[in-house]
Amino acid sequence: MITSEVKGKDRKKRLALVATKGTLDWAYPPFILASAAAAMDWEVGVFFTFYGLPLLKKEIKAEVSPLGNPAMPMKMPFGPEGFQSINWNMPNVLMANVPGFESMATGLMKKMFKNKGVASIEELREACIDMDVRLIGCQMTMDVFGFAKEEFVEEAEVAGAAAFLAYAAEADVNMFV
Amino acid sequence: MAEINVDKKLDCSGMLCPMPVVKTKKALKDMEIGHVLEMISTDAGAMPDMYAWAKQTGHELLDAKEDEGKIFTFLVKKTH
Repeated sequence: MITSEVKGKDRKKRLALVATKGTLDWAYPPFILASAAAAMDWEVGVFFTFYGLPLLKKEIKAEVSPLGNPAMPMKMPFGPEGFQSINWNMPNVLMANVPGFESMATGLMKKMFKNKGVASIEELREACIDMDVRLIGCQMTMDVFGFAKEEFVEEAEVAGAAAFLAYAAEADVNMFV
Repeated sequence: MAEINVDKKLDCSGMLCPMPVVKTKKALKDMEIGHVLEMISTDAGAMPDMYAWAKQTGHELLDAKEDEGKIFTFLVKKTH
């Protein structure tokens, strides 16, 4: 089921991605790369495993956590330009203890991305589906975390590591996100 | 250079990567072969992205220019 449809010189370039992270920030790279490759007429397959698996759910509830992530800029997506460029360094002890800190950070990141013209994860996933990107859920992780295929978008398929590797072996570009 | 006849226009102003190439592919889908799409983008990375996109897809980039206001205009001819 995961084999190449076209052989020989008419074969399209192929991108095989492994998406392992399900936070709002890390949900972006696989969907951006997959949609860009599909826009270039490449054949694309994304293998969602471990924490990447929830990105296949009908409704994506990805959040972001700045806690323990000192590289994440903490900027306000509103107000005058000078105010927006301030990087609010928050101590971990504060981020860990203020109730609702992560949902606030998630809201701010969504707003910042929207203001800057970045598509939402839902839009990017929709674009991927529209361009026939194959979204493959990892069977093993589904069993471990208790996911059913019915919870995923209709277009999602399910496979194991060996099947994905066979697909990846014929890919021109392989990436682990 | 002779004036190029534009058959369809696509405004991707305000959109960041990868939406300009995604929307360009989509716009070409229901166009006829040989027809020309004008795509406008304000994405600072649009120039190298569109060159790469044209090379990969085989569609012809007839023109690519940037004006002083950082607005990019691309003319793409659908070849297949």
